[in-house]
Amino acid sequence: MNYRITHRTLYEYAAPVTVSHHVTRLEPRAADGQACADFAMEIFPAPTLLQERADYFGNRLCFFSIQEVHSKLEIVTQSRVSVAPRENSAAENSPAWERVAELFRDPVSPEVVEPYEFVFDSPQVRASFDLAGYARESFSEGTPLLAGAADLTRRIFGDFKYDPKATTVATPLEEVLEKRRGVCQDFAHLGIACLRSLGLPARYVSGYLRTHPPEGQPRLVGADASHAWFSVFCPDAGWVDFDPTNNCLAGEEHITVAHGRDFGDVSPVAGILTGGGAHEVKVSVDVEPLD
Amino acid sequence: MSDADNSGKIREQTPMFQSQTQLPSMDAAAVKGAAEGLLASCQQNASAFDEFLGVDGRPRPHYAKLLSALENFTAPELRRRRDTSERLVHEQGITYHVYGDPRGVERPWQLDPIPLVIAPEEWRSLEAGLIQRATLLNKILADCYGNQELIRSRWLSPAMVFAQPDFLRPLHGVKVPNDTFLHFYAADLARSPDGRWWVMSDRTQIPTGAGYALANRLVTSRILPEPFRDNHVHRLAGFFRDAQSALAQLAPRQAGTARVVMLTPGPHNETYFEQAYLARYLGYMLVEGQDLTVRDNQVFLKTLSGLERVDVILRRVDDDFCDPLELRNDSILGVPGLVEAVRAGNVVMANALGSGLVQSPAFMPFLPGLCERLLGEKLKLPSVATWWCGQKDARSYVLDHLGEFVVKPAFRSHLRAPDPEKPLNKAELAELKRHVEFDPDLFVAQERVELSTASIFENGGLAARPITLRVFLAATERGFRVMPGGLVRVSPDAGGKFISMQHGGSSKDAWVISETPVEEVTLLHTAGANVELRRTGNNLPSRLADNFFWLGRYSERADATARLLRSALLRFNPERAGGGRSLIAPLLQTLEAQGQLPGISAKPELLQNAEAFEAELLAAIFDPARTGSLHSTADHLQRLATQVRDRTSNDMWRVLSQLNDRLATPTSSLVLLAGDATGVLNETLIGLAAFHGLARENMTRAQAWRFLDMGLRLERAVYLCTLLEATLRSPDAENPSLLEAVLEVVDSRITFRSRYTLLPSVPAVFDLVLLDDKNPRSVLFQINQLAKHFEKLPPEREDAPGSGKNVLAKCRARLNQTDARELAAPHDAWRNSELAAVVRETLETLPKLSDAIAAGYFAHSEISRTGRGTEQ
Repeated sequence: MNYRITHRTLYEYAAPVTVSHHVTRLEPRAADGQACADFAMEIFPAPTLLQERADYFGNRLCFFSIQEVHSKLEIVTQSRVSVAPRENSAAENSPAWERVAELFRDPVSPEVVEPYEFVFDSPQVRASFDLAGYARESFSEGTPLLAGAADLTRRIFGDFKYDPKATTVATPLEEVLEKRRGVCQDFAHLGIACLRSLGLPARYVSGYLRTHPPEGQPRLVGADASHAWFSVFCPDAGWVDFDPTNNCLAGEEHITVAHGRDFGDVSPVAGILTGGGAHEVKVSVDVEPLD
Repeated sequence: MSDADNSGKIREQTPMFQSQTQLPSMDAAAVKGAAEGLLASCQQNASAFDEFLGVDGRPRPHYAKLLSALENFTAPELRRRRDTSERLVHEQGITYHVYGDPRGVERPWQLDPIPLVIAPEEWRSLEAGLIQRATLLNKILADCYGNQELIRSRWLSPAMVFAQPDFLRPLHGVKVPNDTFLHFYAADLARSPDGRWWVMSDRTQIPTGAGYALANRLVTSRILPEPFRDNHVHRLAGFFRDAQSALAQLAPRQAGTARVVMLTPGPHNETYFEQAYLARYLGYMLVEGQDLTVRDNQVFLKTLSGLERVDVILRRVDDDFCDPLELRNDSILGVPGLVEAVRAGNVVMANALGSGLVQSPAFMPFLPGLCERLLGEKLKLPSVATWWCGQKDARSYVLDHLGEFVVKPAFRSHLRAPDPEKPLNKAELAELKRHVEFDPDLFVAQERVELSTASIFENGGLAARPITLRVFLAATERGFRVMPGGLVRVSPDAGGKFISMQHGGSSKDAWVISETPVEEVTLLHTAGANVELRRTGNNLPSRLADNFFWLGRYSERADATARLLRSALLRFNPERAGGGRSLIAPLLQTLEAQGQLPGISAKPELLQNAEAFEAELLAAIFDPARTGSLHSTADHLQRLATQVRDRTSNDMWRVLSQLNDRLATPTSSLVLLAGDATGVLNETLIGLAAFHGLARENMTRAQAWRFLDMGLRLERAVYLCTLLEATLRSPDAENPSLLEAVLEVVDSRITFRSRYTLLPSVPAVFDLVLLDDKNPRSVLFQINQLAKHFEKLPPEREDAPGSGKNVLAKCRARLNQTDARELAAPHDAWRNSELAAVVRETLETLPKLSDAIAAGYFAHSEISRTGRGTEQ
């Protein structure tokens, strides 16, 4: 599947900003069955300094500074991405989850060092007895890993209500678990925390989701949004992505931008400004299918 | 880790403290009998190593000189020296912040006068072990932040790195000059009963304490000058000189203009004293994150005169707090963009960002293997027996022996460690076991140690207390160098096993002695080097300018408050009808307007009751809880003085702290008499005069002094105008007694008498106090001084709303056109006089002037953040 993606972020500041530094992770990854061509980024006002590189997790990162007084910042990215269909091996044939967890307990083979990074607590995702308890309902003894993860995805989808007003980025997982409400970011964190509480490696994926207009209506331009889901490591299949907000496996309609331990590693646009005061942000995303 | 590696590790763990051969048995009485004189009172703990006495109960040879010197002192002499030590600590303001202490944050540093003495040969072997250890830890850091060969070749468990919050991923792959991560390193050492030294903990993040060690040295060498000289004690200055020159070498710019700054989290940090002390000793500017800014990937200091490049940052801020953009984004202590500047090689951090990684105790069991792997040598200095529960075998061993060990978090974490001093009950043990099994990587277990003891001076004699020794290393061009000495920390109780300054421990100096006389070094001279002469001092960070300005304002506020209250108390006479209060009405109104006597004019009943009125005046002096009271103003002063600690002299600090002590004494215990209070006010005024005198005579005429003086002038103008305005409103304004009181408050009585032989008249008083530009206590004088300061300052910020200079010029012109003879007219005509209007206008203008100064020079640019979760 081929897409043209336009992501526009506009900040309007209440007070003038004298200097600002930003880190963005907006360029879709080119790996794991996904190719990205013609990525372009435009920034207004033009930065004094701009540097691109790969971050620790291999995501494309852009650092830029604006050193003139400004009260607006606009970042527009455009990219053409093609996503190959994912081969999803039968979940029932995946290894029992305990066997996978065992791989990541001492002594750990250096062959699995890469996924091993994602077993541990990270700043926004901490394992706990409660989360392990919630997870165990999907992972009874001997449950094949991917079957358990699919069931966990289904349960998060069923047990939790999508509610953009219920949480902020600072809401701790314990509270999400208690309120049973949140947004895609919370559900992705929840899934990751559950898996890590069982000793399984799981990571956070940020990206876009193609949306379908209601039957018979034209597609609305710019009405899409950033999205997030989680991914679990399975020794035979590699990383397998689950979307608990939509109760599905990530497929051709999920476009990966970046992955990391949690949201903090992949925040699409982060900035620290001198001045600025309160600000308003407008984000519009357009995922246009080209096929 | 492979199983083979594991078994090796575990075997290395067991034979440590507990299993040392016991000392030759010797009962306490025999020991006691053997020691004479001073040491006779010293109870030895037979199971611990005694630093002073050998197993035979006789002083160890390297203590001979010190102990014989101490024996020669009489008890009163010893006590006197101890008292001197306490006084020196107090006067130098050596403090340590204790978190959560209701008595306030600052606690005087506890220093025992008797040093720990370390023999030359013992020190040489410690030195070799410490240098090896620092080199090793640095190599491990270089590997973890580089190609991670140690993980791939199974010498290091991946969890040791990846599970640690102190592994800072954004710093992975970032080169540091000479591969030096640890510019400073400290280790806590303890001595086991058999006399061997062990490392209890490694400090690689922010190795604190060297400044306290230096402060201890200055005090101890002063109270024990004879034994200090006779023992040939190694000096500490050479260590700091080497460290200083190594830091200067790191600067990316090598043009002699390189600037090193010390980054502090601020005055609330527990070791702020040490930061200010070291910054002053090493000649570095002490800055907070908000004083720095990143432009073009370079770090700059924001000064009143513009931006100045910074090359090296000696940090006292935890590394993950150093950049809210790439590290912890909730940090308010850091500098946005710093990591990118480091990555670009434009600034060097000491220690390198990320170096906290290897201070985790989880590394300890791996060090012997890593040492052989990386240095090809055996580890010389062992660590206290430590088991990291992330290893299978270690875990099961720990779980089997849980109650015997100190179990603590392996990494910096949210987990709360059990109190090591308290044995765990059954339920607590079960809970601990559950946690260890659930998240084993997060725990280590360590052997409980029997610390060695050293004698302290207590109740006129000596007593043995457990100690640990913190030692310090710095990376120099010739490898690591050890500071010959250290910070000895002393447990508050005889059986203590864990020592923390947070929990009331004391400290000692450590003397590394030499067989031969030692080289005298000092930081002050670098023989033969080219000395660059500097005279400007005009690079004051705007935050400090702000602090100096308020220091000036508060010192003058205290002065005015004390004067007004003193004159009011002296004139208040219960014998007279109404207590003579109508004649002090302008004073009371001024105190009300300035906040010392809030709402007093609305409480006529208070004015009728002499006792209640007097109590009100006393509260305005002593009540620390009353906003605006003299006591609370003195508190403010001291707090501000703390903020500019590295920029003011010890004398200024001392004067302010005495001021506070004086006002703090009588709060509850005394029923105060007005007479006592005037005495305190007199002393306060003398103290403030001393402060102002020191400021005038000892501060160079650079920006710090200017802002201090501007604050003082502005505050004085405010209270003068308030008082004059109240005087004009008073129906008794023409009463000479009232005018006398006004002259007394503004300290112009003598001047008046020398000019006029008559009783004071309104026009004459106003001419002197409002308009006489020769009278340093007149309003016009203050305004003229402010104008002079403005001339010397860099231009105000362009984006500041309203210029202070313009505000001031207008005010000055108005005053110059005014004539006090207007007030010769009858009283009721005053209200509409030009002069009254000028006084009112000036009073309204002054706060605007203060705002304009703040906007023009201090303007703290608020930091804001974007992009914390735009996803749906």
